[in-house]
Amino acid sequence: MTVESSFSLLGTLTPQDISFVQTFENPVMSEFIDGAAGSVLVLGMITVAALLTYYRGWKTLWFDWLTSVDHKKVGIMYIVVAFVMLARAIIEGVLMRYQQSIAVNDPGVLTPDHFGQLFSTHGSIMIFFMAMPFITGMINYVMPQQLGARDVSFPLLNAISLWLTAAGAALVMISLVVGKFSTGGWTAYPPYTGIEFSPGEGVDYWIWSISLTSIGSTLTGVNFATTIYKNRAPGMTLFRMPLFCWTSLCTSVLMIFAMAPLTIATLMLALDRYAGFHFFTNDLGGNMMNYANLFWLFGHPEVYILILPAFGVFSEVISTFSGKTIYGYKSLVVATMSIAVLSFTVWLHHFFTMGQGANVNAIFGIATMLIGVPTGVKVYDWLLTMVRGRIRLTTAMLFSIMFLVTFVIGGLTGVILANPPVDFAVHNSLFLVAHFHNMVIPGVLFGMIAGYQFWFPKAFGFRLAEGWGKASFWCWSIGFYLTFMPLYALGLMGAMRRTVEWFRPEYLGWLQVAFVGALLLFSGFIFLCVQLVVSVRQRDQRRVPAGDPWDGRSLEWSNSAPPPEYNFAVIPEVSGQDAFTRLKEQGKAYASPTAYEDIVVPKNSIVAPVIGVGAIALGFALVWHIWWLVALGFVTIWGAVIARSFVTETERVIPASEVRADHEAWLQQVRECATTPREQEDTSANVGRAEVLA
Amino acid sequence: MKRQSLLHPGLNLGSTDEYSHDEAEPVIFGFWVFLMADLVLFAILFATYASMSVQGQAGGPSPTDVFDLPSAFIETMLLLSSSITFGMASLALKYKADRLHLVFWLVLTFCLGAGFVGMEVRDFWIMTQQGAVPQRSGFLSAFYMLVATHGIHVTAGLCWMIVMLVQLLVLGRTTEVKLRLMRLALFWHMLDIVWVCIFTFVYLFGVAL
Amino acid sequence: MLSVAATASNGFINPAGPIAEALRDHLIFIVMVMAVVIVPLFIALPWTLWRYRLRTKSGSYQPNWEFSWPLEILIWGLPAVIVVVLGWNLWHQSYELDPYKPLAAAEAPLEIQAIALDWKWVFIYPDQNIASVNEVMIVAGRPVRFRLTSGTVMQSFMIPRLGGQIYTMAGMETQMNLLASEPGQFRGLNTQYNGMGFANQKFITHAVSQADFDAWATKMSDSKPPLNQAAWALLAKPSVLPAPQSFGSVAEGLFTGVIAGFTGGHPHMKADGTDL
Repeated sequence: MTVESSFSLLGTLTPQDISFVQTFENPVMSEFIDGAAGSVLVLGMITVAALLTYYRGWKTLWFDWLTSVDHKKVGIMYIVVAFVMLARAIIEGVLMRYQQSIAVNDPGVLTPDHFGQLFSTHGSIMIFFMAMPFITGMINYVMPQQLGARDVSFPLLNAISLWLTAAGAALVMISLVVGKFSTGGWTAYPPYTGIEFSPGEGVDYWIWSISLTSIGSTLTGVNFATTIYKNRAPGMTLFRMPLFCWTSLCTSVLMIFAMAPLTIATLMLALDRYAGFHFFTNDLGGNMMNYANLFWLFGHPEVYILILPAFGVFSEVISTFSGKTIYGYKSLVVATMSIAVLSFTVWLHHFFTMGQGANVNAIFGIATMLIGVPTGVKVYDWLLTMVRGRIRLTTAMLFSIMFLVTFVIGGLTGVILANPPVDFAVHNSLFLVAHFHNMVIPGVLFGMIAGYQFWFPKAFGFRLAEGWGKASFWCWSIGFYLTFMPLYALGLMGAMRRTVEWFRPEYLGWLQVAFVGALLLFSGFIFLCVQLVVSVRQRDQRRVPAGDPWDGRSLEWSNSAPPPEYNFAVIPEVSGQDAFTRLKEQGKAYASPTAYEDIVVPKNSIVAPVIGVGAIALGFALVWHIWWLVALGFVTIWGAVIARSFVTETERVIPASEVRADHEAWLQQVRECATTPREQEDTSANVGRAEVLA
Repeated sequence: MKRQSLLHPGLNLGSTDEYSHDEAEPVIFGFWVFLMADLVLFAILFATYASMSVQGQAGGPSPTDVFDLPSAFIETMLLLSSSITFGMASLALKYKADRLHLVFWLVLTFCLGAGFVGMEVRDFWIMTQQGAVPQRSGFLSAFYMLVATHGIHVTAGLCWMIVMLVQLLVLGRTTEVKLRLMRLALFWHMLDIVWVCIFTFVYLFGVAL
Repeated sequence: MLSVAATASNGFINPAGPIAEALRDHLIFIVMVMAVVIVPLFIALPWTLWRYRLRTKSGSYQPNWEFSWPLEILIWGLPAVIVVVLGWNLWHQSYELDPYKPLAAAEAPLEIQAIALDWKWVFIYPDQNIASVNEVMIVAGRPVRFRLTSGTVMQSFMIPRLGGQIYTMAGMETQMNLLASEPGQFRGLNTQYNGMGFANQKFITHAVSQADFDAWATKMSDSKPPLNQAAWALLAKPSVLPAPQSFGSVAEGLFTGVIAGFTGGHPHMKADGTDL
């Protein structure tokens, strides 16, 4: 069964596909909610445009940010994407919790179709358009500086990856207003998502937005791995790298190898849907079990892609705020590498129930439990990092501590799920949902929030308001427990995931508690936003120009806050771990360099935004079968690549004299700054210069 | 001494163009890493094909019914020769100061590669005339996807070759152009290796088993 | 929390058969063993935070302390031992509780064929030549062997209080062996999302005595309409049924016919890859 050929100008798009028209034609609560969401999106975009016009920011936006290939700016833009998508996906989560808390023997406010789209967008956004951009942005910003490098190995490729991910996110946002999204979940198992059972544009939105971002991530993995292998400062051997760089390396290796199965699986699904192929169909030789294997061959390493950078953040945060070197550096490296390798050997545990027999299940079950060993080692190494230290409970540290406690509960339930027979009883239940949220919220999200709190002063030159940060922390922590602990109980009581209406009254109490928890989680997010606004308003009292507000241990703290475009006036020479702490102890942290050289930096480029816009057009056109636009998008993307290859002036030189002038001025400023003891870290006395303890 | 340590796998420009050689290392390394990701893609297509080549026939055509081994053999010879000619082009890049030899070998490679693609398109056309379309069965879907993905890669390589020929004309033998040709060479050789696997595991095994 | 949840619930923590009971015990065993590595963290972490806080008077400050062989051996060794213990248990239990494994009993199992549709379950009793939709009758104390397939998309068959689940897939056959210890009523469901009626795709399992089962089967044969082509066509339409349905006779080879409809009559797979 092939797709109908549609050579009309707008493909299969009709006015009925606009969500506001749907709300008008079918005025039920579910449609009102959908219309409201679309309105928020449209009004939000108009507001942003209005503000940019009012503050005359378009030029800055285009010339300083959107065309930039500087890893620091690319990193910040990734994190902006993550925050915007987090806002949407959190609201979707709250909405689902609300529906479930009232829909016991009652249809609730959401139709099954709307609910189906909600859990699909919630999962897809959180993983692909919130967590992945967040970690990619964090690594982008921090890792080159920690290595003593000026940028990643392929800056333009970096920007292109960003725009591919942003294009995917844009497609998902467009689906809020034009057409419907998939109801197949973030995993999109066929044959349910095949053309027979899900005709229409929903699954196609999922396919193309995911494809775009997965290509972006593959390229990012290549970029990061090359940077870590080839761009380190002289003297920085692999075993002198900060642990965040080790986790970045393992993450990028995983990206390189794990994204391919996803690209293939989605492409095959697309061929089934668009061209009548039989990869995953019920008949004519299709095999849906292949999809499960391919998807999880990607999916399991994917969750390690998400968690390893968070582990890296925790290593940095815990050691810095304990005033101590990380405990067990080599153990942690071995553990991280083991986790990366083992992550490719466990994928079958996502479908123990598919009937492949005890032999196969048992092997993968044991492999899954094996991964628990290096993870447990890491948890104890972090604990031991705090022992014999001097612990300061900043917001970042609070998130790290809560991670330690909460994550091990998730690890426990993971070991439970790793046992095939028990998994038979809890697979697809709310117990499973609670488990994976128990890993990603305290693990990935807390890690990224901690990293955001930790490195924000470096990136923007002023500290965030700790009070609001702590309020946010308490909301996230208590909110997490209230939302997901009841879900464990519900799963054990036979409640399944993706359920729009319940029929057992004993579930009601638990679901209501979970809804309250969800509101707290949302408050946690709001408080983060408030923290940002308040801190920006108070930024003059919070400035840390000397660049080292936390008495940091690695090289990114040795330059100004915010850092210059080229990161380091002179590339540092490294002689051991905790490179910056060493320099401070030797009194060399702010010594004037003997010689300056010209610095070559890449020029900005319009190629990345052009590819991004082309990608949005290509994806949208594929969804709606607008074939002329497909061709145009494709030509735009490859045309930009080819045209760029003919450009010879891709770099500019910053003369040594300019570097010297800027750097010496900053050093002078630093020398005039008073040092801050850790007790006064959270006061306006902290201008970013740390006291060196005897 | 530093030069000695900057060796990347494959043809190194070291002695003939030291500046380009210095610039090459991270770029070529990164491209090898990208090729590894591409190989994972092909590995998965092979695995899919293996799982569907027997069980996915659905009573439709089997490999013996549709595979044209003589044609596949000629395609193999074309592609293998094109790797030799590209090797000659790489040597010309490294050892000859002019563009003539380089352009000659590249054009020859292009012709051989285009011959490969042309014959493959003809093979597919004949198969569709026989009713062996990808919509017929899972086996055929997997076959077309694996072989056509390779063919699309080769076609992309051909487009890349044309762009490079234009660049040689317009920009000359600059460092950037040299590094791009070195990457195209790696890409081309990798595709050759993948084809050898296709010829063996798809065509030969398909007919023999 | 567990005991509160256990009381009026439909989960395997309120088991009604030996398999569900084994699953529950297995869960408890895992939790107990894992507590060995988890509880120390819950104790050590608050202690550490207190003793080594910034303004502490008692904890020593050793900013460069970063390794200790005894601790390394403990940190790597203890989890390794735990994994060996749990792994041994996992291996054994995976075979014991394999859904395909026939349950030891004096009598032959009750054979039921289940077909998952949108959004309903059709149960065929081949030996009695009857069928029921959205409810299934089994004999308490006698093993039941379900042979399962799907007529639509991938679904997952589960009666939580009796045991675990298994996927049902079109063109393929999976199996589930269960046993209810005592008579009773247990809810069953599909756990794999399959569209708009997913939340409604539940069925009731009645476990009754052999005598009651036989009487019920006879009554069905005598009084209920046949499950013929027309009736099947009606069931195959995507719909949520307001009440369970029953049929007094079943078209011959319906179950294998549903599978063959997808495989074109070619040998189909059990999902463990072996042919039937």
